Amino acid sequence: MPDTITRDQIEARMSEALVEFGADAEQIQPDAKFEALDVDSLDLVELAQIVEEEYGVQMTGEDMKTLTTVGSAVDFVEKRLS
Amino acid sequence: MKRRVAITGVGAVTPLGVGAETLIDRWMAGESGIEDGEGRCSSYEPTDFLSRKEARRADRFTQLALTASAEALTHAGFNGEKPVAAERTACVIGTGIGGIGTIEREHLVLEHEGAGKVSPLAIPLLMANAASGSVAMKNDLRGQCYGVVSACAAGAHAIGAGVRMIQYGDADACVAGGAEAAITELATAAFGRMAALSQTGVSRPFDARRDGFVMGEGAGALVLEDEEAARERGAEILGVITGYGATADAHHLTAPDPHGAGAIRAIDAALQDAGLEPAAIDWVNAHGTSTPLNDRAESEAIETAFGAHASDIPVSSLKSSIGHLLGAAGAVEAVATVLALRRGVAPPTVGWEEHEEGLDLDYVPDIGRTLTTRNGAPLRAISNSFGFGGHNAVLCLEAT
Repeated sequence: MPDTITRDQIEARMSEALVEFGADAEQIQPDAKFEALDVDSLDLVELAQIVEEEYGVQMTGEDMKTLTTVGSAVDFVEKRLS
Repeated sequence: MKRRVAITGVGAVTPLGVGAETLIDRWMAGESGIEDGEGRCSSYEPTDFLSRKEARRADRFTQLALTASAEALTHAGFNGEKPVAAERTACVIGTGIGGIGTIEREHLVLEHEGAGKVSPLAIPLLMANAASGSVAMKNDLRGQCYGVVSACAAGAHAIGAGVRMIQYGDADACVAGGAEAAITELATAAFGRMAALSQTGVSRPFDARRDGFVMGEGAGALVLEDEEAARERGAEILGVITGYGATADAHHLTAPDPHGAGAIRAIDAALQDAGLEPAAIDWVNAHGTSTPLNDRAESEAIETAFGAHASDIPVSSLKSSIGHLLGAAGAVEAVATVLALRRGVAPPTVGWEEHEEGLDLDYVPDIGRTLTTRNGAPLRAISNSFGFGGHNAVLCLEAT
């Protein structure tokens, strides 16, 4: 486990996951809405699994409801890591 | 007066390739899609037909169903503005086991990495209704929608369900079919342990040397519609499903009734439903799995059901070319049946050479047989599907 995980790293990992879920890589920006990327609730559950596994950060169903953009999800993880 | 149910579109993905025309072209030519003892859809690339997201949200059996049904719906003119209201269009897709590939993969994840790593997509992918649900979702079909489970008869049962729905008036159209992708480690090992699989890897239905079936994967789909309405809207009528009969053997979990009693009743029921005498049938598309038990029992059933006429009717098995597609077989075979009738040919039972004492029907060896109409009547066939557990389903089809 690396000592410090940078925001860039979190962003990169998240983008990678979103692309795997079928999102268009070019459209992944911090202010991009999940809905616009065709990322739905099932995808977010998968994202939560990745985030828990790789960062030890828990994302509950309630949390996921509040995360509507890529940036907000990155913020969420970054905050809980510090 | 019963509504007549027409077929306005067909689609298939099989070991012979992608597409219904490919299926019939190659079967008529006596080709085989079996390689190394398996009937894989090796030329099928899901992302050629589905977006990455769609492909990811589907077990292989659902991917195959989506592709086959897309072809059928396109053929029937359902792209763009639908000719039949969404709420009046049903979707019934049969399967033997559904997402077994997903089950096996996720079980390994559970065992090796723990429950926390099991995919949230596991259940939606493995559930046996995933094919019908996904086909309905993708094509906005909002009528009755469910999966049908009856082993090797599932595809035929699904079509029967669609026929009855339209005849009763519960739907004006139905996408009906079957899909299977069970060439997996567990399924292959398990079928192998039953001595049901061919040890030689050869599918040779009705041949004296047959030693079991060859596993296949694939999907078949038909768009069924009320015939009158279909004609009114100018749809191309590929054929009509005139009869459907289904019974149970109540005999054994895997072996058919040795004298085909359940099968005979299903054939009789289908003919009666169609209002036809046995002598009106021009061709039998047999279940013909290449197992010692089925082929003997089925041959006897055909002889009994058709009586004196039995020796005159060509009897072919598509499984000689593509292997046994399990839950998809009944649907793929229905697709092949209507297309063969339209071409006026009974395709061959590929590889049939050696006669077995007691199996005395005309199994159409080597090359296809031209079917001749009598007095301009449409060509008529029955398609048999008999599943493990004693599930019998027979469809009666005709085409001009």
